[in-house]
Amino acid sequence: MKKNMRTLPVYAVFALICAAVIFPVLIAVLLPFRGNDELRATLDPLTGSDGSYSSFGIVAQYPTLDNFRDLLIFTPDFYKVFWNSVLIVVSILVFQLLVAIPSAWAFARFDFRGKKLLFDLYVIFMLVPFQVTMLSDHIILDRLGLLNTRLAVIIPAVFSTFPVFLIYRGFADIPRDIADSARIDGANEWEVLRYIGLPLGRSGILSCVVICFLDMWNMVEQPLAFIQDKALYPLSIYLPMLDMGLGALMLAAAVITLIPAAFVFIIGQDHLEQGIIASALKE
Amino acid sequence: MMTARKQNLRYLPFLLPGLIGVSVFRLLPFADSIKRSFVTGGGRFSGLGNYETTINNEAFRLAVRNTTLFTAVCLPLLIGISFIISCALCRMKYIRLIRTILLFPLAAPTAALVMVWRILFSDHGYINGIVTSLGGGEIHFLTSGAAFWVLVGSYIWKNLGYTVILWMTGMAGIPTSITEAARIDGAREMQIITRIIMPNLRPTLYTITIISFLNSFKVFREAYLVAGAYPHRSIYLLQHLFNNWFTGLDLQKMAAASVLVFSVILVAATLLRKAWDKEEI
Repeated sequence: MKKNMRTLPVYAVFALICAAVIFPVLIAVLLPFRGNDELRATLDPLTGSDGSYSSFGIVAQYPTLDNFRDLLIFTPDFYKVFWNSVLIVVSILVFQLLVAIPSAWAFARFDFRGKKLLFDLYVIFMLVPFQVTMLSDHIILDRLGLLNTRLAVIIPAVFSTFPVFLIYRGFADIPRDIADSARIDGANEWEVLRYIGLPLGRSGILSCVVICFLDMWNMVEQPLAFIQDKALYPLSIYLPMLDMGLGALMLAAAVITLIPAAFVFIIGQDHLEQGIIASALKE
Repeated sequence: MMTARKQNLRYLPFLLPGLIGVSVFRLLPFADSIKRSFVTGGGRFSGLGNYETTINNEAFRLAVRNTTLFTAVCLPLLIGISFIISCALCRMKYIRLIRTILLFPLAAPTAALVMVWRILFSDHGYINGIVTSLGGGEIHFLTSGAAFWVLVGSYIWKNLGYTVILWMTGMAGIPTSITEAARIDGAREMQIITRIIMPNLRPTLYTITIISFLNSFKVFREAYLVAGAYPHRSIYLLQHLFNNWFTGLDLQKMAAASVLVFSVILVAATLLRKAWDKEEI
């Protein structure tokens, strides 16, 4: 009984913290379901200067899907941009895995000269922020004639070293004996990777997919630097650059941008947490 | 002998495709940047000339100062808040729901929330509506020194869940037998935290600090998308500087600045590596 009395305030504090954390997301989800008249009180003060302040009630007076209709039916541009995002993210993920899984296997299964040094280099380049390698990336992309194409953001991301590191962590936990006994039974190394590595290292790979998806879906720096043509922009930078006059449409588009990320987050939360732990703490 | 050598090369087909890509798109270009940082625009060796121009550059100094200040304010705040939350969470039920909520901002794309930041923080935004109705003066959240604190807030908002998970993992690693024994011996909760949990979590603290530092560079997304390429002076960060030099094709200065920032990251990475080695004991 005494314990309950003491924990109650703690739960209240946590309720407050959680409410504060989720508040911006809640606004983002609630606002687009309001009609233009109702949104005027929220959006007009941001651009106008009649002295009023932006306001909104928590409950919509007249819930409506008008904004989504306007966006999905009368704004064909939106599909193009959405498609850009999907194309960029999916191709990065697929090719990243094709490159990173064998690399990680090499680091986890073999001993070779310079392995430690090379792995350290991979770790450093995983930690370096984009801005540091922006210039060098630009120069090489320019030389290959890839600037201002979607490939300019896809290819460098494919060779990101973070997936190698994260998947390596999963492979490194596989007991050596298991893989070795498969070799003795006559499997070649690719088969060992296929039948032992992939199933046992699954969680590392899934963590990598979830983290990389969320990061790529939110890609800002790379397209900003390497793509000039607005028709090739992904959602993550197209959306914020729209004119403020289109506020209601932006709110609807924001929710649609949020949906894939929220979906991946909900089904992948465990993998996300494991990935966070594996990429930061050594177990 | 022959077979031994053949065995040694078996890793190559696995490693090579990735290694070629990493070399072409990371290692070699960066080596080229290092070289570039020591030569003039015309290609003549200029020693530390570029570094001198960069370090004496007004904008560079402002950006370094702001970035340092930002990190110095954010890291202790984030680490402190998340530690307190984790200590409490370890003793609670419904952890899963709370962790989900705290972690969600990490997944939320910045673009989806730009409108919300504007609605909340504009001069005539929602928060100023509340502030003025309570009798306060308008706060220029995005166009005054207050912008710095908005950015600090959004950094903590985004990274809190991440840090809490790392802390809780560290805490789960402390054998409950130790804390139970202390409790039986009459130790108070506070003593258990300061005498047992904190000393045991030193390696975790170390790792969290470095990871949070490296993550702090990503705050550029919020800063740029909400406040643009030239925000208020107080949040003009190194990332803005790089972006603007990049747009202006200031290659020499940029190469020098890249190498300087890279060196700082290199130190952080080396420390991280050391922290991992310590954890292994």
